[in-house]
Amino acid sequence: MSLSRNILIGGLLCLIVVSTALLSFVWTPYDITTMDIPNKLQTPSATHWFGTDHFGRDIFSMIMVGARTSLAVALVAVGIGMGLGVPLGLWAAARQGGWADELIMRGNDLIFAFPSLVIAILITAILGPGALNAILAIGIFNVPVFARLTRAGALPLWQRDFILAARVAGKSRALISVEHILPNVANLLIVQGTIQFSLGILAEAGLSYVGLGAQPPTPSWGRMLADAQTMVSFAPHLALIPGLAIISAVLGLNLLGDGLRDWLDPKIRVVRT
Amino acid sequence: MMQNTSRLALLASTALLALPLQAQAEQSDITVALQLEPPHLDPTSAAAGAIDSVLYANVFEGLTRFASDGAVIPGLSKSWDISEDGLTYTFMLNEGVTFHDGSTMDAEDVKFSLDRARGEDSANAQKALFAGITDVTVLDPLTVQVTLEAPNGSFLFNMAWGDAVIVAPESVANIKTAPIGTGAFKFENWVQGDQITLSRNEAYWGTPAALTDVTFKFISDPTAAFAAMMAEDIDAFVGFPTPEALPQFEADPRFQVIIGSSEGETILSTNNMMPPLDDRRVRKAIAHAIDRSAIIDGAMFGLGTPIGTHFAPHNPDYVDLTGLSQYDPELSKKLLAEAGFADGFTTTLKLPPPSYARRGGEIIAAQLRAVGIETEISNLEWAQWLEQVFRGKDYGLTIVSHTEPFDIGIYARPDYYFQYNNPQFQQIMDTLNRATLPAERKALLKVAQTIIAEDYVNGYLFQLAFHTVAKAGVEGLWENAPTQATDLTAVRWSD
Repeated sequence: MSLSRNILIGGLLCLIVVSTALLSFVWTPYDITTMDIPNKLQTPSATHWFGTDHFGRDIFSMIMVGARTSLAVALVAVGIGMGLGVPLGLWAAARQGGWADELIMRGNDLIFAFPSLVIAILITAILGPGALNAILAIGIFNVPVFARLTRAGALPLWQRDFILAARVAGKSRALISVEHILPNVANLLIVQGTIQFSLGILAEAGLSYVGLGAQPPTPSWGRMLADAQTMVSFAPHLALIPGLAIISAVLGLNLLGDGLRDWLDPKIRVVRT
Repeated sequence: MMQNTSRLALLASTALLALPLQAQAEQSDITVALQLEPPHLDPTSAAAGAIDSVLYANVFEGLTRFASDGAVIPGLSKSWDISEDGLTYTFMLNEGVTFHDGSTMDAEDVKFSLDRARGEDSANAQKALFAGITDVTVLDPLTVQVTLEAPNGSFLFNMAWGDAVIVAPESVANIKTAPIGTGAFKFENWVQGDQITLSRNEAYWGTPAALTDVTFKFISDPTAAFAAMMAEDIDAFVGFPTPEALPQFEADPRFQVIIGSSEGETILSTNNMMPPLDDRRVRKAIAHAIDRSAIIDGAMFGLGTPIGTHFAPHNPDYVDLTGLSQYDPELSKKLLAEAGFADGFTTTLKLPPPSYARRGGEIIAAQLRAVGIETEISNLEWAQWLEQVFRGKDYGLTIVSHTEPFDIGIYARPDYYFQYNNPQFQQIMDTLNRATLPAERKALLKVAQTIIAEDYVNGYLFQLAFHTVAKAGVEGLWENAPTQATDLTAVRWSD
């Protein structure tokens, strides 16, 4: 079966972002902490591919390292969301209607009731700004997303014959959840994970934009946008380039997520073949 | 429905008729934007410079006042006599001065204002200005005598501060919301979070203002400031926040850009009690690690004058001490090694919102990193900064511009937030406060400037430039900022 166009384009964009981030560990054209103030605000050229910022730092290098910041924050945040949310969702589904289900799902409702970015701002305001706290903040509002999705995916499975068979065979609910339920909701989780990953990148950019994300000198796409704000009228590339970087990462992940959903969903696959 | 339409048409035609008439009248109102809004409207009970930015010279006046060049000129007092021993000042007040509520301003009001400011329970933010006064006596309604404990060479200067304006006992209770002064403009209304409006005082004792209505708008966001000015929503922005945008206004014939000097010594304030910053060698190392020109170019787009001590370069008594802290990273590393920090150390760098601090902070962090000093940057809002840094003294380094005029005296206060305690310096400030001879004062000021520069109390960066953007037709705005003020009494629209 051929891969869809969504997967190809999305995958390519993601590959570019990820490989840029990885490459930045070993090589960047310039050192991102070195300021070269006489050469500030240069437009893109052969020496500085994306130009230089208001301190004369190389924007290409900053975008590379910024990709690392964005991916790291989003990855760990989605990791927190999945790591906590999925077991909670499985537990809730296994004990449907019981006190654990009620407790977990009402807790989720509580977190959902707050706008996610407001929680993030609250957390970083209490704990202080910084990449670690941004990860924590974004991670926490990922938990209910995964918990709900897992529970919703797991509930119908509990009515299926193969689960009944497993229960009759005397397997515990916890074991069934891990052995039989989890593999069957994995598709859902992968797709949602990609989407949450892109939302995580957006959230990190948003938090950095308001000064609550990664602190200088760690480059961050969101802060690059914020710094560019007063200079947009005469140096538009300062805002355009990090903006495009955010767009390509988010677009890439969304396309990939869409494509994966189509590809992994058995119902759609049957129709197509 | 038909009726409604015809009514609308009628309304539109009357509006069309009215328009040309309005355009013919000469413009006599102005909308001036400022970045910071005052917390309340009493200049005699708060340190917030934003209060003076709106009210100084416009609504409130003192015995003396600052002119646009920083000179001290007569205000409510038209002249004064100083006794031979320098202890008694006799102020002759102007005749016919009234407050905006119609009551007369006389010697009793002067006595009330000065006694209120220097009293035990005074809330004045600059009580030191009045500390030397032992007695205020009313000789007759237009003459008041002030007796000092010791001669004070800067007494007339002190009386020109916004903290020393004359208020009336009848109206002082509501001064925070309804300020009543003697100035050329009366306070009209304050829409909190948005604007303050003033109107011309028709009964003004001096030269009346050309403008009839003044609106101060408060725009804190730099991007919004740029947009409001470009769209001509405002007529002038005094203290325009982003130096990088100025070339665009300069190139636009609709606008004029006025660049002057301010009293803002921008310094890398250092916590002199926090190890290892309590070691003079470490502070000296920091001073030599800093490249001022890179900071001025990078953070202020070239606007600002390098300083080597806490003193304004346009002051005639200024001594250029930048040579004591020239950019020399090698020397800096050597000094750190001598102090036992060959591998450097880590400290905090807490930055308030203005761009000189946020951008300057990033540059200084990079320069300090080059000699091995790591800084943990945290960006703070003003309220947090005042709480943590200014009052809490919980910081290693911070960047702030000290905008009070002639404020070298803060180094004689060991409890001030940089916690510098040098009895020799305190002694010199004490002598200076008693000195009246210009030559003697000049010599003492030179010593004072040199001591703090040689002790490397703080990193001395640059004198903040003061930039104003205005529509091309606005005349009479102050070029420099010798004190925090937006004096609109001489502002008019050219034809």
